[in-house]
Parts: sequence; C-alpha cells; structure tokens
Amino acid sequence: MEVSAIDNSFLKHGTKYKGILGWLTSTDHKRIGLMYMYAIMIFFVVGGLLGGLMRLELFRPGQDIMTAQTYNAVFTVHGVIMIFLVVIPGLAAVFGNILMPIMIGARDVSFPKLNLFSFYIYVIGAILAILSQFLGKGAPDTGWTFYAPYSTDTNTNVVAAVLAAFVLGFSSILTGLNFIVTIHRLRAPGMTWFKMPLFPWSLYATAWIQLLATPIVGITLLMIIAERWFKIGFFDPNLGGDPILFQHLFWIYSHPAVYIMILPAMGVITEIIPTFSQKKVFGYKAIVFSSVAIAAVGYLVWGHHMYTAGMSTTARWFFSLLTFIVAVPSAIKVFNWISTMYKGSINLKPPFYFTMAFVFNFMIGGLTGLVLGSLATDIHVHDTAFVVAHFHYIIFGGMGFAFLAAIHYWFPKIYGRMYNNKLANTSCAFIFGGFTLLYFPQFIIGMQGMPRRYFDYLPQYEWGQVFSFFGAIVLAIGVIIMLFNLFKSARKGEIAGPNPWGGKTLEWTIASPPTVENFEEIPVITQGPYEYK
Amino acid sequence: MENKISHTEHRDDTASKMGMWLFIFTELLLFGGLFIVYAVYRSKYSEDFHVAANQLNTFVGTINTIILLVSSMTVAMSVTALRTGNKSLTLKLLATTIFFAFLFLVNKYFEWGLKIDHHLYPGSELMLTLKRGELLFFGLYYFMTGLHALHIIVGMILLIVIYRKVQNGRLTKDDNALLENGGLYWHLVDLIWIFLFPLLYLIS
Ligand code: HEM
Ligand SMILES: [Cu+2]
Repeated sequence: MEVSAIDNSFLKHGTKYKGILGWLTSTDHKRIGLMYMYAIMIFFVVGGLLGGLMRLELFRPGQDIMTAQTYNAVFTVHGVIMIFLVVIPGLAAVFGNILMPIMIGARDVSFPKLNLFSFYIYVIGAILAILSQFLGKGAPDTGWTFYAPYSTDTNTNVVAAVLAAFVLGFSSILTGLNFIVTIHRLRAPGMTWFKMPLFPWSLYATAWIQLLATPIVGITLLMIIAERWFKIGFFDPNLGGDPILFQHLFWIYSHPAVYIMILPAMGVITEIIPTFSQKKVFGYKAIVFSSVAIAAVGYLVWGHHMYTAGMSTTARWFFSLLTFIVAVPSAIKVFNWISTMYKGSINLKPPFYFTMAFVFNFMIGGLTGLVLGSLATDIHVHDTAFVVAHFHYIIFGGMGFAFLAAIHYWFPKIYGRMYNNKLANTSCAFIFGGFTLLYFPQFIIGMQGMPRRYFDYLPQYEWGQVFSFFGAIVLAIGVIIMLFNLFKSARKGEIAGPNPWGGKTLEWTIASPPTVENFEEIPVITQGPYEYK
Repeated sequence: MENKISHTEHRDDTASKMGMWLFIFTELLLFGGLFIVYAVYRSKYSEDFHVAANQLNTFVGTINTIILLVSSMTVAMSVTALRTGNKSLTLKLLATTIFFAFLFLVNKYFEWGLKIDHHLYPGSELMLTLKRGELLFFGLYYFMTGLHALHIIVGMILLIVIYRKVQNGRLTKDDNALLENGGLYWHLVDLIWIFLFPLLYLIS
C-alpha cells in the first residue's frame, strides 16, 4: 500500500506474500487493525448514505422519495450496519488491534491467527448483513432491535440479518478473548497492572463485557430463527411465548453493548488529554476503577429500555435507581479529564479539538440519558426523536468523535506521515457544527412529541427536520474534507518522526510506522505511563 | 529477505489454556440464556411442563448420560497418557472417546426419530394442538438438545483433528496444549448435558 519512510515497516512487509494477499494473510495485529479500519470506513459511508436518505425523506411532511415500507427497511439497515458493523467493533478492533500490543510492550496479541480469524468472521457477518438486503422477500423492517413478535412474523428477510448479528457477535467474543489473554500474558516486564496505560485498561474492561454479554444475545437471536423456522413460540404470544422476555434478553446484551462502544472511546480520550496537556493524568486509579465499575454495573440497568413495556413498578423504580448509579462513574471520568487539563500547557492540535468535541457531546448525551433513566420523564419522551438525539449524541458524538480523535492522534504513528493541520481543523469544525445542527433539534421536537421511526409527521415538526437536513449536509462535507486530507496524507504527507506530540506511552518510543516486530528489544518498565515533567 | 522480516509466533501454553477457559465461559453463558428461558416458562406453565416431560424417554437419556461421563473420563485419561509420553495409549483412548461421541449421536438419532415418527416436532400439526406449556417444553427440548448435539459434533471434529496430530507426532509430551484444550472442551460438552438431563428428563 503506502510507501513508508522506514525500510522494515509493517506497511511494507507482512507475510511471504506481496501486495493485497500479503495483507489478507497477515497475522500482524497492525495490519489486521488497518484492514478493520478500511472495512469499517466503507460501512460507515454506506450507513451514512442511508441516514442521508432518511433525512431527505423527512425534509418535508408526507411521502417524498420512498414508501413507508422502504423507510422501515432503510432505518433497519442503517441501524444494523451502524451498530453491529461500525460502532461495536469500531475502536477495539481498529485501534485496540493496532496499538494495544504496542502500548503494553508486546510484539503481537497472544493469538495472532485467531485474530485474523476474527477478522474473517467479521467479513462473513458483514456479507450476510448485506445479503439480507437482497435475498428473500425484501429487506428486514424490524429495526436493529429485532423486537418480537414482529420479527418472528414479518415476511421480510429477518433470518439473514439476525444471523449476521450472531456471526458478528462471535467475532466480537473472539477479539475480546484475545485481548484479555494478551493483557494478562504479554505485558512487558515491570509493567504492573497499575503501570499499564489507560487505553489498554479500557479495552480490558470492554473485553469482559464482550465475553460475558454477547453470548446472551447470540442465543436470543438463534431463538428468533428457531421461532421463524419451526414455530417454537418462545416469544410470540400466539404460540404461548412472551415478547417481554425477548426484550429482557435483548437488552441484557444491548445495554452493556453501549459500554462496549463507549469504554474504549473514553480510553482514547484518556490517552489524548494528558499528551496534549503535557500533564500526568489526574486520578489514574479513579479512571481505572470507574472503567471497571461501568463494566460491572452496566449489566444491571438494561430494564431502563423497558419502562413502557409492561414491567412491574418495583422493577421499574429499581432499574431507574441503578441507572442513576451507573451514571456516577461516567461523571468521574469527565471530572478527571477536566482536572488533567487544569493548568496544563495545552497544545491546540486537531486531535485535541476532536477530543473537546467528544467531551462536550458526551456530556449532553449523558445528561439526557438521565432524563431517559428517570421513570417519569422517560414515559413522556419514550420512543420519540428525543431518544434518537440521545443515542446519537452518545454513539456518534461520543464514540464517533473519539474514533476521529484517535485517527488524528495515531495517524502519524501508523503511517509515519503527518496530515494537513488546517484541513483537519476545518473538517473538525464542519463535523462538529453539522452534528450539532443535525441532532440538537431532535431533542426539541422529540419533547414536543415527534415519534421515532415514523416516515411522516405533523407540520409543526417540520422546522426541526429542516434544520437536521442541513446539519446532515454540513456533516457530510466535513467527512469528505477529512477523508480527503487523510487519504492524501497517508501517501504524500510530510514525514512525521516517531513522536510528534511528545507522548509518553510506549508507542511513541518506537519508529513510525512501527516495524513488523514493534520492538527490537522488549522494553523494561520502571515507571507509570504518564510521567510528564 | 521478505521471509526474514515476516512475523513470528511464540508459544505460550498458559495463554492458550486461559483462552480456552474463557471460551468455555462464553459457551456456558450461551446455554445460560436458554436456562433463563427454561426457568421462566417452567414457573409459568409448571403443569404443562410436568406432563410433557413425562413423555421423554428417561432410559435413553440415562444411557446417554453414562456414555458422556465415560467419554469424559477417557479423554482425561488420554491427556495423562500423552503427558507420560505413551502415544499408543493416547491414541486408543482418543479413539474410544470419539466412538462414544458417535454412540451418543446414534442414540440421539433414534430418540428424535421416534418423536418425529409420532409427529412431535417443531412446526408439526400435532405440536400446534398441544397446550402452550407443552409446546414450549418440546420447543425447548429440541432447541437445547439440538444445540448440544451440535456441540458434540464440533467436539468430535476437534478430537479427530487432535487424533491425527498425535498420530503423526505433531502433538507430543512436551507440546500437548491442544489436547488439553480439546479435553476441556469435551468436559464442557459433558457438563452441559449434566444440566440438561435433569432439567428435561428427570424433573417432572
Ligand atoms: C454511555 C454510553 C451510552 C450509550 C452508548 C447509549 C446508547 C443508547 C442507545 C443506542 C439507546 C437507544 C436504544 C434504542 O434503540 O431504543 C439508548 C437509549 C437509552 N439510554 Fe442510553 N446510552 C448511553 C448512556 C446512557 C446513560 C448514561 C443513561 C442514563 C443515565 C442512558 C439511558 C438511556 C435510556 C433510559 C434509554 C432508553 C430510552 C427509551 O427507549 O425510552 N444512556 N442509549
Ligand atoms: Cu441502556
């Protein structure tokens, strides 16, 4: 691919094969990470285009460019692609793979072949997800949540989509397993648990969620297939099943899944802020423990998705209470980030701008999460555009911006070249502005009663949809500028040198791009990861 | 020169065992989801479950339990045999295990076959006339034992691969992690059955 500055860089040398085959057969964690990145970028663009189509349909009340049925299919596919193909693997599979082994001083993950295998399972899942659009009797129209009994009744091609989610879950489990073992076994000598950088820590907590939560949704998805094929009746009340049970099983996974998305994002942010403030991270242990606490307590709050589904009152207030408790460790992190910046010598470069956008969005997303977590207010805004705004603030505004921050932070490390700072800042401004214009109005019209997942609406919500539409356009322009900048710089950018930001973690001590073996000699660790001045 | 720079892997038996344990954990959770569903419906339709469970053949179930317990033992013995370097004994014990696995499937085949002959299978006309709880019981029965049988088949394939590797000397006394992992997996398959057996056949 790109010609790099260094002779034995991983970009040049992979396996005994050359060219594309050298990538597809490589067990090098960095190459696998990059393959995930290219795949995920493609899916992100596809999912984004579908989102754009929805915004176009909603631009005016009434039917404009698609029928209601098509709209249902489009939001389902949009959701499935974004959730299962983009954000769940996102940071862990891309930056976890490329950087985690380096940051703990290892030459690779514990099971390099399994790592490549996970990538291929991901590809198979992706192919299935795409095929689900074309096979059978039409694209699935259930929404990404596959709620029963509709998902067991509809004639559309649900089985392929559900199977895709199952297969992707399998890939996620294997990646998590690999990371746990790697972090246990391959930390460099002297790197005790509390001398480990915080991004690997966040991946470690995430990996446990992947391992412990994913099987539950896996079996639930298989039950849907069994019910469709054999009329077993797990969830369909007509066959004696219980649809609420489906929701429980689904959210037992899918709430923790939101932490699979957000914990690595918090980890990325926790790397960037100390580097760009040139200050030791404030409250290292508090950050570690809050990650672990989020991972642990995050299991217990799934019921806040079901306040209106017919649970007992006791269960509802209990879940509401727990939801408030799980917000505390997230708040601890924000506090630690701000404290780390306090009196730091701040270097205003693109990764830092993306990071600030993350913190801002995440705070709005988190606070509106509390609105949804409170029983009384949730009843009012449940299944409205307010929920859409909330989770886009968390997922896109949070995880998405963290991903962009990560690309801009580690880009010089991965490619050995630097991008154009001005263009990067411009793209950040467009993406952030577009994002805000796109999603903030949804909070307001949501509170006014605009329902979620409707392809038509009353005229009083039109102003919000119009704002959102233009927001989407600004956002798209920003993404295009960014992609242009990055792709061009990967090949032609200035040579970056090993440590352009003055970082202290291990990846900045080796060549850019890293060599195939990462380290000539495995380093011996004697101090913590963030020893600035 | 390409080859010199290309990636090398190192061996770490502790890591591979740890990986296997974690994987087993996720497998247990996979079945755990089914156990939750079973528990919910059992408490909701305890009477129907009772009636339906009586129609399962406890005898065949017991035979299969014994088969799996014994095979678990033989696989454990094969691990020890390889550790002491006794290749031919290892092979014999592995072959026995694989044979038992096969026997289990044959038994299962007849058990399912008989039910299907009686038109008791998911999606059949007869099933849809049953009471809700009975329908769910048989649904769960087929789903759980089917998923378990799938694990038996995967385990068998794994053991066959291991057999071949011991045979041509690629798994030895000093490099036996794969056999240990195969053994662990087989114990898991056995363990899950130990849960399924009372839930489906005995409690009635
Ligand atoms: C930390 C990262 C978070 C992520 C990634 C996230 C993601 C999501 C997603 C994807 C949904 C929509 C699910 C659907 O399709 O129905 C959602 C809904 C919800 N979120 Fe969050 N969320 C996060 C944080 C929070 C927090 C901190 C709270 C509360 C303190 C919260 C409370 C809720 C509630 C109650 C709903 C359900 C609303 C309803 O359907 O009525 N979330 N979230
Ligand atoms: Cu949730």
